[in-house]
Amino acid sequence: MSEGRVRIGCGSAYAEDRIEPAVDLVEQGELDYLALDCLAERTLVHAQLRRLEDPDKGYDIRLDRLVRELTAPAVERGITFIANMGAANPAAGARRTKELLAELGHPDTKVAAITGDDVLEYVLERDLRLSNGKRPSEMDYGLVSANAYIGIDPIIESLRRGANVIVGGRIADPSLFLAPAAFEFEWPLDDWDLLAGGQVAGHLLECGTHGSGGNFADPPYRMVPDLWNLGLPIADVYPDGTSTIWKLPGTGGAVDVENCKAQLVYEIHDPSTYLTPDLTVDMREVTLEQKSHDHVFVQGARGRARPDTLKVLVGVREGFTGEGEVSFAGPGALSRAQLAADTVTKRLAHDGVVTEELRIDYIGLNSVHGDATPADAPEPWEVRLRLAARCNTEEAAAAVAQEVEFVYFGSAAGGGVRKTVKPVLAMYSALVPREDVSVTVDILEG
Amino acid sequence: MRTVQLREIAFVRSGDKGNTSNVGVVPYEPQHLDLLKEQLTVDRVREHFGPLVRGDVTRYEFSGISALNFVLTEALGGGVSRSLALDTHGKAYASLMLAFEVEVPDDITLRLDQ
Repeated sequence: MSEGRVRIGCGSAYAEDRIEPAVDLVEQGELDYLALDCLAERTLVHAQLRRLEDPDKGYDIRLDRLVRELTAPAVERGITFIANMGAANPAAGARRTKELLAELGHPDTKVAAITGDDVLEYVLERDLRLSNGKRPSEMDYGLVSANAYIGIDPIIESLRRGANVIVGGRIADPSLFLAPAAFEFEWPLDDWDLLAGGQVAGHLLECGTHGSGGNFADPPYRMVPDLWNLGLPIADVYPDGTSTIWKLPGTGGAVDVENCKAQLVYEIHDPSTYLTPDLTVDMREVTLEQKSHDHVFVQGARGRARPDTLKVLVGVREGFTGEGEVSFAGPGALSRAQLAADTVTKRLAHDGVVTEELRIDYIGLNSVHGDATPADAPEPWEVRLRLAARCNTEEAAAAVAQEVEFVYFGSAAGGGVRKTVKPVLAMYSALVPREDVSVTVDILEG
Repeated sequence: MRTVQLREIAFVRSGDKGNTSNVGVVPYEPQHLDLLKEQLTVDRVREHFGPLVRGDVTRYEFSGISALNFVLTEALGGGVSRSLALDTHGKAYASLMLAFEVEVPDDITLRLDQ
């Protein structure tokens, strides 16, 4: 680590993110740490389902590739690697990482496995009320998973014990990036303002290329250069909790004040009370300043004590969705699509197909903004009818999709039917007292 | 005064947590924050999103970066993995907000005038 700052690169924002820009960071970023957020609400539940099928799986499906292309090269350069790529099975993910690193010529790497975020048994035993207002015992469907969002403590413990590769499960996104700064600068874990500074830097990194120009371009209002070659953001965090967000020269995208503002507000509710496992962040007075091209200085974060409870993400299998689409074009496209929708819904009713929720979209007209679409929106040349239904049974969901296919024999000149049937994984949340979540660090050695 | 779309003076990003969407609105020129605070009231934003939002609309302010943040509850069809919507994350809620009509002084500098 250079005097006076710790350099942390973001290597991933979710479970299927591009790996190439993270390789650039390892090779050119002169990083101290590479941290990867590999989870979103949806991806964790999918990982849980994979673990249910095979108890040795359930970690990130890219894990082998991540270790070969990022972890091993990071270890070679003395970069500490932190990732929640253990997903639903951090113990197995850490073992696999250790095994692969040995194969790749790094048998002495100290790999830490952070476990304990899985609180499914706890939630079931106490029959905790979930965010849908129901207790598990009152629900028609069974719980698939329950994972607590955990914070920096086990990462710091891993670093203290000498780990250079750290694999966890549902570690909260920004905490992956706060931990290295808190560890290196030995910030007291109740110095809330310092932690807030690190957490805000983490928040600006946690969505990967969102922090460096992704999800921002809107030509001609907002132009972002070379999106095809979008680079990932890096934070240089300073001992006083301020930071500089930047990206590698020669990569696409932009790190400017406008883009950082967009990312600062992303997925925040009350900016005075951003709850994380490590502290409560007050972002209201955060300021951003362009220091040089693609370098933005961040300061002004304030913090308060961490919440007494941890948020738990609960996955529930809730039946199936059946979905079908068919296209209409040319004069009268919308009328023919509407006639097709009418035909399908009447037939579903006639056949007694039970749906819990049914949605009809006219793609090209109102499928994204729904009933908030302006009434005077112009009729498009092409319309793609989409019917989607949530059903209790797979048979009913399949019937909905199949009826859309029969549009070939209904309203005139509908083409290009696609249909899908898939299980629904709903997600709810719950709160548990933090002392009831016991997190464990195991160092896997030689 | 004249009426323009919000897009002419501000940019927007929306995000999701569970069944709650947030829509951050950032004026290109920080001095336009007051104009936005006057016109992007909770009631008008609720009306703009219409039936997409079934719960509450709350407005917050990021004073350091001169931005507003709208939190829309019960707004994502049950959340990203349960919703029947095509845009389950509500990523495009940002673009719906860009069509919000605001009254601006005739001499205001719009984004494309810069």
